[in-house]
Amino acid sequence: MVVTLPTEHQQSIPQQRLVNDFAFAVATANGSGSQTSNNVLVKTLFDMGIPVNGKNLFPSNIKGLPTWYTIRASKDGYTARRATTEIVVAYNRDTAAEDIANLPKGGVCIIPSDWKWGRTRDDIVWYEVPVKDIMAQTQIETDFRKRVENMTYVGVMASLFNLPMDMIYTALLANFGGKEKPTKMNFNVIELAYQWAQQSLTKQDPFTFEKMDGNVGKILITGNEAAGIGAIFGGVQVVAWYPITPSTSMVDAIISYRHLRRDETGKETVAVVQSEDELSAAGMIIGAGFAGARSLTSTSGPGISLMTEFAGLAYFAEIPCVIWDVTRMGPSTGLPTRTSQADLLSTHFLGHGDTRQIVLLPGKPEEAFEYGWRAFDVAEHMQMPIFVVSDLDLGMNNWMSDPFQYPTEELDRGKVLNAQQLQEFIDKNGKWGRYMDVDGDGIGWRTLPGTDHPMAAWFARGTGHDEMANYSERSDVWLRNMTRLRHKLETARTYLAEKIGPVTDIDTNKKVGIMTFGTNEPAIQEARDLLAREGIETNYMRVRALPLAPSVTEFIRQHERIYVIENNFDGQLNQVIRVDHPEDLTHLVSLALGDGLPMTAQWIYDNVKADKEKQS
Amino acid sequence: MTTRPTRNANVNVLGLSREDYKGKKSTLCPGCGHDSISNQIVSMAYEQGIEQHRLIKFSGIGCSSKTPAYFLGRSHGFNSLHGRMPSVVTGALMANRELHAIAVSGDGDTGSIGMGQFKHVIRRNVPFVYIIENNGVYGLTKGQFSATADEGQFLKYYGKNHFPAIDLAMEAIIAGATFVARSFSGNAKQVQTLITAALHHKGIAVLDIISPCVTFNNDPASTKSYPYGQEHEISMHEIQLLAPDYVDAKQEIVIDGEAESEYIDVDMHDGTVIRLKDLGRDHDPRSRIQALTVLEQAQRDNVFLTGLVYYEEPRVTLAESDNLVEQGLSTLPAEKLRPSAAALDKLMQAFR
Repeated sequence: MVVTLPTEHQQSIPQQRLVNDFAFAVATANGSGSQTSNNVLVKTLFDMGIPVNGKNLFPSNIKGLPTWYTIRASKDGYTARRATTEIVVAYNRDTAAEDIANLPKGGVCIIPSDWKWGRTRDDIVWYEVPVKDIMAQTQIETDFRKRVENMTYVGVMASLFNLPMDMIYTALLANFGGKEKPTKMNFNVIELAYQWAQQSLTKQDPFTFEKMDGNVGKILITGNEAAGIGAIFGGVQVVAWYPITPSTSMVDAIISYRHLRRDETGKETVAVVQSEDELSAAGMIIGAGFAGARSLTSTSGPGISLMTEFAGLAYFAEIPCVIWDVTRMGPSTGLPTRTSQADLLSTHFLGHGDTRQIVLLPGKPEEAFEYGWRAFDVAEHMQMPIFVVSDLDLGMNNWMSDPFQYPTEELDRGKVLNAQQLQEFIDKNGKWGRYMDVDGDGIGWRTLPGTDHPMAAWFARGTGHDEMANYSERSDVWLRNMTRLRHKLETARTYLAEKIGPVTDIDTNKKVGIMTFGTNEPAIQEARDLLAREGIETNYMRVRALPLAPSVTEFIRQHERIYVIENNFDGQLNQVIRVDHPEDLTHLVSLALGDGLPMTAQWIYDNVKADKEKQS
Repeated sequence: MTTRPTRNANVNVLGLSREDYKGKKSTLCPGCGHDSISNQIVSMAYEQGIEQHRLIKFSGIGCSSKTPAYFLGRSHGFNSLHGRMPSVVTGALMANRELHAIAVSGDGDTGSIGMGQFKHVIRRNVPFVYIIENNGVYGLTKGQFSATADEGQFLKYYGKNHFPAIDLAMEAIIAGATFVARSFSGNAKQVQTLITAALHHKGIAVLDIISPCVTFNNDPASTKSYPYGQEHEISMHEIQLLAPDYVDAKQEIVIDGEAESEYIDVDMHDGTVIRLKDLGRDHDPRSRIQALTVLEQAQRDNVFLTGLVYYEEPRVTLAESDNLVEQGLSTLPAEKLRPSAAALDKLMQAFR
């Protein structure tokens, strides 16, 4: 079907008091320090117990280009991005006209009065802030003022929408890592703006915040931090990486928390090497995996492209390692700072020839943490590279999350023979070969370099090889090996279904299903509620790994119509399902939108509804 | 009549025969220079009593990169990707810094597709023996020029080589290598001594060994051919390795009345001494400027100088600069790999 493009829904805003259920956008110039202001706003709302999200829509630029930060507060716990916000902080002159035009009737515009912009719409509320005058009252040096003037909108918002100043101070202090000096300097600006707003502004809009208890026990964290911490608790030992947006902060997190694994003499047990490119990073983690370490790299689409040849080698030589792809928009350099789910096919099939990779698909911080440690278990258990495909939205934005659960399983180091076990193996089986499938699961027993036994050595290679890891060009040997590798993938299918099977919400009476992966869940859950109100009841399945779990087949057969919703252009999950299920799947409808932005409930609702209406 | 020990005569300190250090049968062309280097590795390891399980073999792709299968059959090996061997070695040695590594590459593998990784692995000073079996030509794809081929050289199918040859020893020094040698596969003794010394080095050791391709680049006019090497190779020094416990003998030699200036003793970090007897080139490998000059001069004069070109006190290795524990990471027990539940709880508080 043809999907509709996202549309703006400019419904008028009711005049009665609106509490904890609206969104605002902050438009600033990149590099102007607005990140601090926005983080403080999100943290304050979070601390007030209001379910909240913050999405940073930023440019590929260090300084100057426009950037938007959207913050949505939702007493009902809906944390998906909304396309429209009721309030805009128009602090970027270059985009102000468009930002103001996007406001719904009855919306609010907070804008510096210094620009003398004028009230270009008469159906919205205007709050004009004398930014320069407020800044002039501070003791801050002129050179430095530009960098803190974004604090003025924090003060104005505190006054207008009822944000407690003490909580703002706490959030600011946390943002500066407990350092009082920068906290006080910034807070001074917030206070001055707050006082000005208290004295000078008359509230004309219905929006306000109130404390509630919607976030009891929750934490606020980015997916990249979660993944980095997960890796630390998963026993990561060798990290090799090349900086690339939006994955960089994952390795930053590993570096930040590697002290948790430091030994009593102050030495590291986690090696971190910044490589010269992603090719080299891939080579390093494969070398490390071969030598018996838990190894990881973190990258994004362009890096994945460069790692292709190594990915095939690791698949074929059966070397465990973990590759995180925090996906951004491609093809090519694409939109380096915009989110996407368009690397599903490329990672699943990464490598030339008949390569088929395991992919894990986290959709929220709890899962980024869990797959952070679990990916090593899967890699060593299956003796394969494991791709963990996250995205920019999860990786770089702050998400509300339950605190992470300590790993419930012991480390699974997979089938590794030490010298004594090797001897026992030989005594039992007559000989040992690296790729002998004695257990019938397609997984051989490996030895690590350093194993003191005359028969322990084996030769890892990307060339054709037999069970003994010897070079072979024989067709029958090649076919036998490929057949075993496919069989291993079937072992993986069952194993993954047990460990991280799909998330489901299924009532067998309902005939419409929604399938997805990754970060679309908040938008989908909200859309399902909207659809249910219209009488369209839906079941739900979010797959969390490739190869697909056997329960996917069941889900497909249970429904009369299934919408496969994903954040890419080609409907890649839909394609993967079709590879596994070549039978007629005319009841699968691909709802794919790759526009660089986190998905909205409205878009899903519009498209499902349109399809249902067309059907009836 | 004295009885000769029949079994022990042909075993080393570990009780292993030379046969135990061999690998699979070579599939390279008969007479290939690479096989001769493999043989020297086997001899070196046998004579030194190397514990094969403590050493990993690596290679990239190409004729030379096939050779790790043909020596040290009891060592783990990894025949990786074209030009990417350095990164694989780096990862493996970061995973287990207690192991040693010998890596074999070629002039295509290192000088063209792998130039980036070559430079960067040197820069990081990952301690392993990096052997380049340099024949100036692509063998497996049937005789294209490599980046080390002589400028102006003619080959049957590819005509004239218009580009200057890359000097990989010079590139290694410029990148920061701390042990750089050039040798000739026809000079078996020198090859073996240099590889032995390289294994003692705490840092990356680059050996650029001219190793003729008998099939595609063996015309006497080619500087990478056997006839050329046999005729033109000039050893800069006579090289002798003195073990750390060799001190007395060292003194004896001096007492014997040899002029001190005729030797350069290169002290290695483990106490081994590389004793160099000058053979008329007056080269001191401890000077970087001299090392670069001697290579530059050799290029200009078109002379084939071999021996230890450059040696530097070991710089900090990658594992050291990353402040890793002494024990190989891959041998750490499970309890070292996962912080406690209390540590996670404490961390979670920071995100509330």
